[in-house]
Amino acid sequence: MITIIDYDSGNIGSIVNMIKSIGFESTVVRDSKGLDGASAIILPGVGSFDTAIEKLNKSEMFSSIINKVTINKIPILGICLGMQLLTKGSEEGDGLKGLGLVDAHCFKFNTKGLKVPHMGWNEVHVKKNSIYFDTTIQERFYFAHSYAVTCKNKADILTTTTHGHNFTSSFLHGNVLGVQFHPEKSHSFGKKFFESFLKDIDA
Amino acid sequence: MLRVRVIPVLLLDQGGLVKTIGFKNKIYIGDVVNAIKIFNDKEVDEIVVLDISASKSKSEPNYQIIKDIASECFMPLSYGGGINSLSQMSKIFSIGVEKIVLNQSLLNNRSFISKAIDLYGSQSIVASVDIKTNFFGKYKVYDYIKKKAVYLPVEKYIQHIENIGVGEILVNNVSLDGTRLGPDMQIIKKIDQETTLPIVYCGGVGSFQHIVKMVKAGIRSIGVGSYFILYGRHKAVLINYLTSEKINVLNAIKVNS
Repeated sequence: MITIIDYDSGNIGSIVNMIKSIGFESTVVRDSKGLDGASAIILPGVGSFDTAIEKLNKSEMFSSIINKVTINKIPILGICLGMQLLTKGSEEGDGLKGLGLVDAHCFKFNTKGLKVPHMGWNEVHVKKNSIYFDTTIQERFYFAHSYAVTCKNKADILTTTTHGHNFTSSFLHGNVLGVQFHPEKSHSFGKKFFESFLKDIDA
Repeated sequence: MLRVRVIPVLLLDQGGLVKTIGFKNKIYIGDVVNAIKIFNDKEVDEIVVLDISASKSKSEPNYQIIKDIASECFMPLSYGGGINSLSQMSKIFSIGVEKIVLNQSLLNNRSFISKAIDLYGSQSIVASVDIKTNFFGKYKVYDYIKKKAVYLPVEKYIQHIENIGVGEILVNNVSLDGTRLGPDMQIIKKIDQETTLPIVYCGGVGSFQHIVKMVKAGIRSIGVGSYFILYGRHKAVLINYLTSEKINVLNAIKVNS
């Protein structure tokens, strides 16, 4: 089952809608037990890094997610803040540890002369070929964030995007996929992305 | 580079889609979900839906309509109207709305806003600021419920709401609403200098050239009402959007700074 984690962190509905529109079913879970039948995990998220980590800890999701991804090798997709939660930590808040499923950190946009949050449609530049991005056209996606990811290991970077400077707009490390943009809100580009992610999933 | 955003701004009144002139003279347009479907098929950048009757009648947001709208939106959706508590916000976000637009609660009841920003992030909270010229042609912040200017100068109010921690500001120029007379570039530039927050400017757009003019001045987010829903001198209803050629023109514009 495609399993979406709900920790009171925003727009679950649009992800459910998008998955439904491409012909898949999903389930929304609120506790670690709910992860048992997961064939793919989607970790959405808006809001602040520390608040989200605290909530995942409280519901015991934090360790369950790590187990599912590292031991059971369940594919996980982190979206926006969800992507940032997959990293080791963020400049935002008091330095709570992230899930640490990929060797990366989150930093705040250098605001000088720059509109922050980075909000709107932007292009992705493919750094590594994958099934997720089409290199024959210029794909664009919707972003809304004030912090961004840098990957330590360049080989994990799928795409970068420019806002003042380059940042990692998507990474893939084994079964751990993270996207800074909102594919569920990116029209046909987002639909194609979800289709690629869900293609081989046992729904 | 971040692309120019051209955003249809739709008004809801008692569940129906309407358009106003100067925040008055409502014209009934039709079924909002149908309009949203058309905008979605045209792959618009983003959409804003404002319920102008919810706060006035002190009623709860119309969750069923918001849900119907959200399920047709595969682009970012902002909703505003009648929101004054965290529980309402939680409900609306879980339906599938990305951003909540606050207007009256910024003027009258701010107590829950900083908690909301902590929970949902500043990028989820949009401050709506209505501005209107007074008798002397000077812009003031306008309260659309009390139907009068509030005391603050516009620039001060913008700084003030930036400090609250919202992620975006939607500026609606009441004096130009529905007129298609073109944007007032002077006030737009002035407000833009006040803040590093993204700002969506709405009010006065009546042609593609108006949008071009704004982009040339460095404005990256533009709200459009009348021009995308009414057509011609007799104001026939026609839901339309920029062609991809025109969007490419906007994104190729070099900004004179």
